Amino acid sequence: MFNTPIWGPAMTDLLKLENVETFYGRVMAIRGVSLSVLEGKIVSIMGSNGAGKTTILKTISGALDPFKGSIKLDGNEISSQDPDVVARMGVAHVPEGREVFSLLSVRDNLMLGAYCRRDRGAVQQDFEKVLGWFPDLRSFIDKQAAYLSGGQQQMLALGRAFMQKPRLMLLDEPSLGLSPRLIGEIFDIIKHINREEGVTMLLVEQNAAVALETCDFGYVMETGRIVMEGDRDRLLASENIQEFYLGVKDEGVREERRWKGKKTWR
Amino acid sequence: MTGLNFADVMQLAIIGLAQGSLYSLIAIGLVLIYKATEQINFAQSEFMMLGAFFGFQFIVLWGMPFWLGFLLAIAVLGGIGYTYDALVIRRMTGQPVFVVFILTLATGIVLRALAGMFWGFDSFSLPSMMPGTIDLTGVIIGWDHVIAILAAALLSLALFLFFRFSRVGIAMQALSLNQLAAFYMGMPVKRLTSSIWALAAMFGALAGLLLGPIALVSTQIGFIGFKAFAGAIVGGFGSIPGAVLGCLLIGFAEPFFDTAFPTLKGVGAYVIMFAVLLVRPQGLLSQMHQKKV
Repeated sequence: MFNTPIWGPAMTDLLKLENVETFYGRVMAIRGVSLSVLEGKIVSIMGSNGAGKTTILKTISGALDPFKGSIKLDGNEISSQDPDVVARMGVAHVPEGREVFSLLSVRDNLMLGAYCRRDRGAVQQDFEKVLGWFPDLRSFIDKQAAYLSGGQQQMLALGRAFMQKPRLMLLDEPSLGLSPRLIGEIFDIIKHINREEGVTMLLVEQNAAVALETCDFGYVMETGRIVMEGDRDRLLASENIQEFYLGVKDEGVREERRWKGKKTWR
Repeated sequence: MTGLNFADVMQLAIIGLAQGSLYSLIAIGLVLIYKATEQINFAQSEFMMLGAFFGFQFIVLWGMPFWLGFLLAIAVLGGIGYTYDALVIRRMTGQPVFVVFILTLATGIVLRALAGMFWGFDSFSLPSMMPGTIDLTGVIIGWDHVIAILAAALLSLALFLFFRFSRVGIAMQALSLNQLAAFYMGMPVKRLTSSIWALAAMFGALAGLLLGPIALVSTQIGFIGFKAFAGAIVGGFGSIPGAVLGCLLIGFAEPFFDTAFPTLKGVGAYVIMFAVLLVRPQGLLSQMHQKKV
């Protein structure tokens, strides 16, 4: 829920994007996106395939350089930094498709998350926390990650990101290809990491139902632009959102035009 | 193979194994770079040549103590490998792999020419780590050959332990498996990649320094590197145990091949490569089953 006032004194933007434009090859995939992520919240970006959600995350984490615009983490400009530098500043990117180190053991995968940390005792505690959340990982601890199922690999990717001790997690489609039960489990842990561990989340999802259930604040993207934004209750109440997540199939050219009429970006 | 008695066979076998061990040191460098970056370093044999030349410079020309000159030559090549990646290869990220092929090939040619400029085009011999021979009941073997075999075996083991247990070694494996994910973990991917180039160049230098006392060193020594390529391919390019196995196989078989077909001397390595690839196109230990470093 989003009960605290947005502009209250304790609220600061952990992440702020202003007029970001990014090319993916020759295609301008992000066409001037501004958004902000308040410290301690879960913010989601929803939208259909090809809307530019993944490109946004890659631009934030530095895998892609923006063509224009600014990206500030805690007030510091991070656009055009190398992804490892951004990661060391406290941003953990959980990429689409998990991208675990397939031939390394589950243990090595998790410990590689903590590669840049020097606080050994705390690393060990976090390691135990992750295994507590995901008992499946404990039983596969010395097996190669390639032997894990898709859901277990998602758990590993999430755990590995938590091992980085991030301030901000970028989650790219954690629900992709998972059963509803697994989606429930994984999002429970995501919420737990947010509430109990104080990690801010920027979540990208095609599955708007899940995203809205989880997030405090949300953005809707269409073809590289943000066409709608609002806190969770406002988005849930919106007629367009109802349609958007009930029947993506009906969405045609006409629909898209109506979305553009609704856009709130400048 | 008429006219070979047991002692002759043993002699050839050990010379072959020593040769194969040196190929495998070169091939380890090739495979390290290939696994980490999917690039192929055609200048690897020139790294070996430079290793031998720097050893010659330090030990023979400047009269340094043997071990100091030996280690210094390896360190210098480590620096060259690191710098080469940091200044040249790193900029080629995102370019077609073909560009790096040609670039490293050209680098090799330039390095050969530069070495000739500094050290001349004549052949010379490096001092031996342990001169003399060992007599194993009639089989007489130079210590240099024994040392080459032992050094390659020990270093392969050390490399295995490094990748299996050390933090940096595991990180290097991780980046060779998934470079972007390694970036997302905050690993210093660029520095690690350059370190892998340094490691590869150091393995090449060691091969050159060990080869020096056995064969003559000249700017043409780099052609041995092609046999390391053949060995790595036989083993299934991309697997370090495979590369070592392939190189040992090729090195081992070569002297017998040369004795049996003296007119075809020097092509044995490639004939073996053809034969193996006809039966197992993916190589002996292909990546599919064994992508362990």
